[in-house]
Amino acid sequence: MFTHLVLALRAAGLPASITEHLTLMAAMKAGVAEYSIEDFYFLARATLVKDERHLDKFDRVFAHCFKGLEPPEGIKVEDLPEEWLRKLAEKMLSPEEMEKILALGGFDALMARLKELLAEQKGRHQGGSKWIGTAGTSPFGAYGYNPEGVRIGQDESRHRSAVKVWDRRDYKDLDDTVELGTRGMKIALRRLRRFARQGAATELDIPDTIRSTANNAGSLDLKMVPERHNNVKVLLFLDVGGSMDDHIKLTEELFSAARSEFKHLEYYYFHNCPYEKVWKNNRRRHEEVIPTWQVLRTYGPDYKLIIVGDGAMSPYEISMQGGSVEHYNEEAGTVWLERLSSHYRHSAWLNPTPKQSWGHVRSISMLNDMMAGRMYPLTVNGIDEMTRELSR
Amino acid sequence: MAGFKSTDKYIATRDLEVAVNAAVTLQRPLLVKGEPGTGKTVLAHEIAGALGLPLIEWHVKSTTKAQQGLYEYDAVSRLRDGQLGDPRVHDIGNYIVRGKLWDAFEADEQVVVLIDEVDKADIEFPNDLLLELDRMQFFVYETRKTIVAKHRPVIIITSNNEKELPDAFLRRCFFHYIRFPDRPTMEMIVQAHYPDIRKDLAREALNVFFQVRDVPGLKKKPATSELLDWLKLLMVEDMPIEVLRSNEKQVVIPPLYGALLKNEQDVHLFERLAFLARRGA
Repeated sequence: MFTHLVLALRAAGLPASITEHLTLMAAMKAGVAEYSIEDFYFLARATLVKDERHLDKFDRVFAHCFKGLEPPEGIKVEDLPEEWLRKLAEKMLSPEEMEKILALGGFDALMARLKELLAEQKGRHQGGSKWIGTAGTSPFGAYGYNPEGVRIGQDESRHRSAVKVWDRRDYKDLDDTVELGTRGMKIALRRLRRFARQGAATELDIPDTIRSTANNAGSLDLKMVPERHNNVKVLLFLDVGGSMDDHIKLTEELFSAARSEFKHLEYYYFHNCPYEKVWKNNRRRHEEVIPTWQVLRTYGPDYKLIIVGDGAMSPYEISMQGGSVEHYNEEAGTVWLERLSSHYRHSAWLNPTPKQSWGHVRSISMLNDMMAGRMYPLTVNGIDEMTRELSR
Repeated sequence: MAGFKSTDKYIATRDLEVAVNAAVTLQRPLLVKGEPGTGKTVLAHEIAGALGLPLIEWHVKSTTKAQQGLYEYDAVSRLRDGQLGDPRVHDIGNYIVRGKLWDAFEADEQVVVLIDEVDKADIEFPNDLLLELDRMQFFVYETRKTIVAKHRPVIIITSNNEKELPDAFLRRCFFHYIRFPDRPTMEMIVQAHYPDIRKDLAREALNVFFQVRDVPGLKKKPATSELLDWLKLLMVEDMPIEVLRSNEKQVVIPPLYGALLKNEQDVHLFERLAFLARRGA
């Protein structure tokens, strides 16, 4: 019955399974939701979503499945649903005006006009984004682009209509695909810790040994446990200068906060693309440079290399000898990246720009290819994927 | 069946009611997450009260093993008894110590089990309880006995999100995330706890409370439980209402802030803001 909801959830990346679908069915059959759409929404949420990260995604998919309201990202709005227009009309018009409209030819005529208006606006203001209208001229808009205007996709009426609850998108800031904020930072830290806590060495487990010796009626029985100390060594290459600085600061803080969990954590700065020299102190970047060769010799292949940078530059800076914007480089960026990634078996690139935009920038796709696809967005999810890849 | 509803002491939003009733009806565990201090643990008490069932609490610590919830074999006292020649040593059953889940399974009536802060334990903890929570039975290896639940208990599990829970575990649970209450809900909660509080005091205190929560950069935002403590203090001290009242925009250190702000950085932050506000004025 609600298979399409489950399928849509899976398509949007929520890990809903058959078990959960069956549970939902069983709960419906037992009458938990009792034919109220809002209760059904709550029930479906309690059954199908198991992590607050997914709540926002769930709201979007649910709205899409049952109302055709706001589709999840990546799906285009093909048609404006009647519902929107009706709501819009209700909001825009006073009762007197409504009556006038009725006298003039009824709701349908008005809707047609509104539809026209909206279509026109769509053409003029949308420019590729799915939202209608921007601040200033258009009275139609949503999610803050036009604070004075009418919001579409968010029902603001006071009476508790069914659409309202999931259309509020209360859980938006719990979504793990957004960039790191203060809350995201904490979780990312936890992921990094987990990454750091994977050692294979063993040590003697004294309480267990005593217990099993006692179990053995006094004859000694040694028990070992996996060592919980970390032996992860991390080498961080940070792109500084320009628009990147805020992100770099955030990343640096993030890794420093997790520092105690790593056996070693070293960082070096570069600009745009790593070449033959890097530096440790950004203030004295021209005086105190360290040859990249020396870094390669000092830190063995057991280090995990994480490069952080937006990767947005001219393709020549990567591929050409002498392409650097700051100095004449004897060898091209590709050569150095090749060296780094072949020396460090576990390497990855963290990119603070949103993943959707990577495809449009040539240098980013070049870098991603060179890293064999190991470029991850600087989000909680991205860090998660990266740590999983690096600890393989 | 009676079903779970808001009580005069505990205000549950509709989504929480649905989630609880689903879990009770289908006899599956309910996993509750949310900001600290939003009433996750209290929920289990309220469910037990609403359904009229006894409550068994199992508080999980970082050292808790799943096995401890089922039973423990006290090998050390058996060893000692063996050396002293105690006749009890021949029956291994004498050294099996029952855990909370065993108690819950063997109870003569249905009970509510609270597994509090499941994320504190080792990552394997939830995995080790999969079968037990699914089938509500377990096998006692030492005595070769299978313990099966007489009545499937209502199980409430809380988590503070310190560790990720395994998917297989999550599949078997209903899930609810307790959101921080909005202002109308908060007013209802205050009303429920302190029915005789002065209206103006409650209003001003809530103003200050939400203002405090909105201050950017707080390490620990005060939550419901802190608000309730603070209100109680205000009532006991019989604070004049003027102390709470302040000009819009201006930040003041709330009176008796010790109940709201839980670490010295936050207090410093407030002192600094208050200083800046005074100087600005």
